Amino acid sequence: MPTDNWTDSQPIVSIKDVHKSFGDLEVLKGISFDVMKGEVVCIIGPSGSGKSTLIRCINALNDIQKGSIKVEGIEVHDKHLNKLELRKKVGMVFQQYNLFPHKTALENVMMAPIKVLKESPAEVEAKARDLIEKVRLQGKENSYPGELSGGQQQRVAIARSLAMNPDIMLFDEVTAALDPETVKEVLVTIKDLAEDGMTCMLVTHEMGFAKEIADHIYFTDRGVIVEHGPPATFFEQAKDERTKEFLSQIL
Amino acid sequence: MYKKSPIPGIQTAPSTDLPVLKPFNAVAAGSAEDLLFSRWLASTPVWMWLLLGVLILIWPGVTAAAGGYTMTQAFEALWRWLPFIMTGGFFYNVIISFFAMLLGTIFGVVLGLMQISPAKLIRIPAQIVTQIFRNSPWLVLLFIVLLALPYEIEFGDTIIRIPDWVKAVFGLCLPIMANISEVVRGAINSVPSGQWEAANSLAYTRQQTLWQIILPQCFKRMIPPWMNWYAILTMATPLCTLLGVEELITLSRQAIEAENNRPELLVPFYGFALLVFFAYCYPIARATIALERRFAVKL
Repeated sequence: MPTDNWTDSQPIVSIKDVHKSFGDLEVLKGISFDVMKGEVVCIIGPSGSGKSTLIRCINALNDIQKGSIKVEGIEVHDKHLNKLELRKKVGMVFQQYNLFPHKTALENVMMAPIKVLKESPAEVEAKARDLIEKVRLQGKENSYPGELSGGQQQRVAIARSLAMNPDIMLFDEVTAALDPETVKEVLVTIKDLAEDGMTCMLVTHEMGFAKEIADHIYFTDRGVIVEHGPPATFFEQAKDERTKEFLSQIL
Repeated sequence: MYKKSPIPGIQTAPSTDLPVLKPFNAVAAGSAEDLLFSRWLASTPVWMWLLLGVLILIWPGVTAAAGGYTMTQAFEALWRWLPFIMTGGFFYNVIISFFAMLLGTIFGVVLGLMQISPAKLIRIPAQIVTQIFRNSPWLVLLFIVLLALPYEIEFGDTIIRIPDWVKAVFGLCLPIMANISEVVRGAINSVPSGQWEAANSLAYTRQQTLWQIILPQCFKRMIPPWMNWYAILTMATPLCTLLGVEELITLSRQAIEAENNRPELLVPFYGFALLVFFAYCYPIARATIALERRFAVKL
């Protein structure tokens, strides 16, 4: 597998002219940007603008038709891509949590490292308990997903992803399905993670949170990046009409 | 309707001196004589039909009284034959349904998993086999298997006899296989796609996802339809009687014949057969519903 001898000084995720269609519908029409290690990037935009599709392309859940996505030097747009190697580096959290309902919270966190990474169960359990504590769910280790609230499930999902020791975390509208009260507990967890230096890419509608946490914000509309910049300039001095309109509606 | 002789080579019209049932001729009501019955029918008063109805209703009672064979005697006959039709008959219904279900489940699960294979070469043949056996009449499958399978197999000097009930097992396991295959496919497809995606994003292979994430969740969903198919299969085992396999209905008929074919025996014997099947299948049906309800709550 060509990794181009990737080093920390190069972008950890490098997206170049990505095109993606579902049948005749072109969802991404040439998207390019880089993410550096430790950076927190928020992608915002109206529904159907291709944000989620873009983030799903990064760990090859969706394939792309044209362009290049490199994760730590691994080309994702490649027929011979070793998806498993890629996905060990990239963790993902979904809008619908997607916990495994037949396993407890702790087992959800422990399963992948034991089955996929073949780590020793004792070590994994210790690590899993730490992670559960990190997402502030101590005491819920033996609860099944059905017994947990949406916010708690989402935090277990975050812990489950982290158990694989990923280098990058993708968050796909992780608070969109939650009650307003539980949104905060999930956002605090993500913030902790960002402060620990994890590279994070978030698709989100939480503008306040994006402003607080992001190093860089990308605004997408109809498959292209319309505007981007650090939060300060992005929110205060938006130049593009579509960005202004979107921000005026949402803020 | 036929104009020609039904037997090739014989040109004379079919005739016999034996008493035969003539076919009902609906078109040839041309001559006035043919209308006599209709006219007579039209001229009868209503009370005559009521009287006829009453006569028909009391007829079984009258014959029973005249024949001197009472219902008590009929039930005594049933009681005498009970051990025979249960141990030699219903026992085989249970055995046939059990083994047909066992084989059908094993083949059905394999076929069902083949149906969701990403490889066309595996998926399409599995789909074809499933659809063929799912959409064939069970009786036809039974006929084919019973007549196509040899009744004994010779290995040099040793001869292995294949009893009829074993052939019935093979015949009935085919439609069960196809239906279980669909149950498995349906259960796997009913797991939300998010489960596949979550497992994929955690670097699970397809095999690992299927065996560790998807199938454990399917298992519960498959139990109610699986039990339902078992009940249906058990109720279908009397089909084997048409092929002479010894089971409850075959032996009931033999017992009635041994009792001089008395018509009074029909209701007790076949009513008993109905009751036995009901007693066997109803608890299964109740349990299926109960399980369905319990599993429906949790997702």
